[in-house]
Amino acid sequence: MDFIGIFSIFVLACFVGYFVVWSVTPALHTPLMSVTNAISSVIIVGALIASAAAGSATSKWLGLAAVVMASINIFGGFAVTARMLAMYKKKAR
Amino acid sequence: MDMQAILSAATGEHGLAVNPWAAVAYLVSGVLFILALRGLSSPATAQSGNRFGMAGMLIAVVTTLLTHAPVDAAGVLDSVSLIEILVAIGIGAVIGIVMARRIAMTAMPQLVAAFHSLVGLAAVAVAAAAYLNPLAFGIADAAGQIHVVSRVEMGLGIAIGAITFSGSVIAFLKLNGNMSGSPIMLPGRHVINLGTLAAIVGLTAYFTQDQSPWVFWTITGLSFAIGFLLIIPIGGADMPVVVSMLNSYSGWAAAAMGFTLGNTAMIITGALVGSSGAILSYIMCRAMNRSFISVIAGGFGGDDAAASSGGSKEQRPWKPGSAEDAAFLMSQAENVIIVPGYGMAVAQAQHALREMGDQLKKEGVNVKYAIHPVAGRMPGHMNVLLAEANVPYDEVFELEDINGEFAQCDVAFVIGANDVTNPAAKTDKSSPIYGMPILDVANAKTVLFVKRSMGGVGYAGVDNDVFYMDQTMMLLGDAKKMADDIVKALSGTGH
Repeated sequence: MDFIGIFSIFVLACFVGYFVVWSVTPALHTPLMSVTNAISSVIIVGALIASAAAGSATSKWLGLAAVVMASINIFGGFAVTARMLAMYKKKAR
Repeated sequence: MDMQAILSAATGEHGLAVNPWAAVAYLVSGVLFILALRGLSSPATAQSGNRFGMAGMLIAVVTTLLTHAPVDAAGVLDSVSLIEILVAIGIGAVIGIVMARRIAMTAMPQLVAAFHSLVGLAAVAVAAAAYLNPLAFGIADAAGQIHVVSRVEMGLGIAIGAITFSGSVIAFLKLNGNMSGSPIMLPGRHVINLGTLAAIVGLTAYFTQDQSPWVFWTITGLSFAIGFLLIIPIGGADMPVVVSMLNSYSGWAAAAMGFTLGNTAMIITGALVGSSGAILSYIMCRAMNRSFISVIAGGFGGDDAAASSGGSKEQRPWKPGSAEDAAFLMSQAENVIIVPGYGMAVAQAQHALREMGDQLKKEGVNVKYAIHPVAGRMPGHMNVLLAEANVPYDEVFELEDINGEFAQCDVAFVIGANDVTNPAAKTDKSSPIYGMPILDVANAKTVLFVKRSMGGVGYAGVDNDVFYMDQTMMLLGDAKKMADDIVKALSGTGH
């Protein structure tokens, strides 16, 4: 994809992010942080490419290290978010 | 299996994933991430939102594993490498899930800071891997010269990633108490910081002309240093802003790597997370009436600053009260608003507090909770702590939604909160907290103020006029013990 195409997606996504995040209820700002933490670990995509590529052993090991770090975040982030969200209960009537 | 055919279809000139199906899959995962955040608009939809996020991540990972499976020179699947990758994911999964299960809710800010540091470090590792093996990432020509655009993206990615990492490590140490919350002020730090930032920008520009290793690694080293230098002068009281800000940086780091790889899932996610962190920083700054620049400049709100400034005040009369008095007053009330602050969480009083609320409801009292945006150590922290103690979320209200109700309420029960109730924020222009939005507890008919002693006066080191008002009764003691005693007194007078 050419740079301007990618850049367009980025700018539009910033606007989407702006409106979506303002609609998040303040009561859920902590889960918002932990879930954004988990999804920003989508950089695991780059880590997986590096660990699978031939050509540079250092690059491969850096990739594998990044896979471990990103996985901690993905599993930890989603799990702790789920744990918190399960605590939010409505009044029993 | 002919992996080479899939691989060659998936590898394009700029970036990767030109395979249309892979591109669509990444787009779908980006959309699922948007839906994950969208779900958080209400506690009722939040759990399904979280599942959208997991699905998006699964799609992104599986797509990458399929299009970039490790293959040997003959195009045959390299099962050893694949197993290594799966083991790496497994190790991360175990560590992550154990951390998520074990962490105390009071320690959420530390956990989030630790997670941010991992995103930052992973971004640095990926950028370094891409620098060392650019052909594998499709960002170099046949001679190994990295595209100029990719060099800029890579420089930005590594700089933001490294700042996120070292900044988050310092934030973690401060939040976790391994390091004093007091600001550490280096002499000439503004000059050092601006010089370092200028050097990073200059070197990134130079990197487009010369891709020598020393340029790349110097950018990396300086970025690690600046992350450290930026966060050490920031005091404990400003940590909610810092955590939000680092959240934002971790997003921009992911976005920069997304540009390098031409990957829509990473770009969309980076933009979402980047905006999210920026908005949360803004909300936190507004809640403390601090400008973003003054937070970054640092020096505000050390742990010790509060204690030292308490000496020179005149003694004013105040009314002490006991747990029995408080129990009686509240059981006779029609409306009670509970104002919890971080001191309540430190004393682990949230369960006792919820029991007190339950007892009062049994007596027919209408109980609500009022939350100031900076009541906890990170955005929304107090809401999580109350939810953990089984306080229903529809009894918990934000500042702007409940502030008008204090005038009609019989008792405002303030526990572990101080600065966020201080009327000086409205009246005293010389006060360090002037202009900060506060909860108007002073409008209540009676104020019960739980406080450890009449000595220490909150982060900002300001005395609070509410202590000395006619309708205020000071309940001095540990927050948990006080709440427990009130519960006992309430059940004693029970029916």
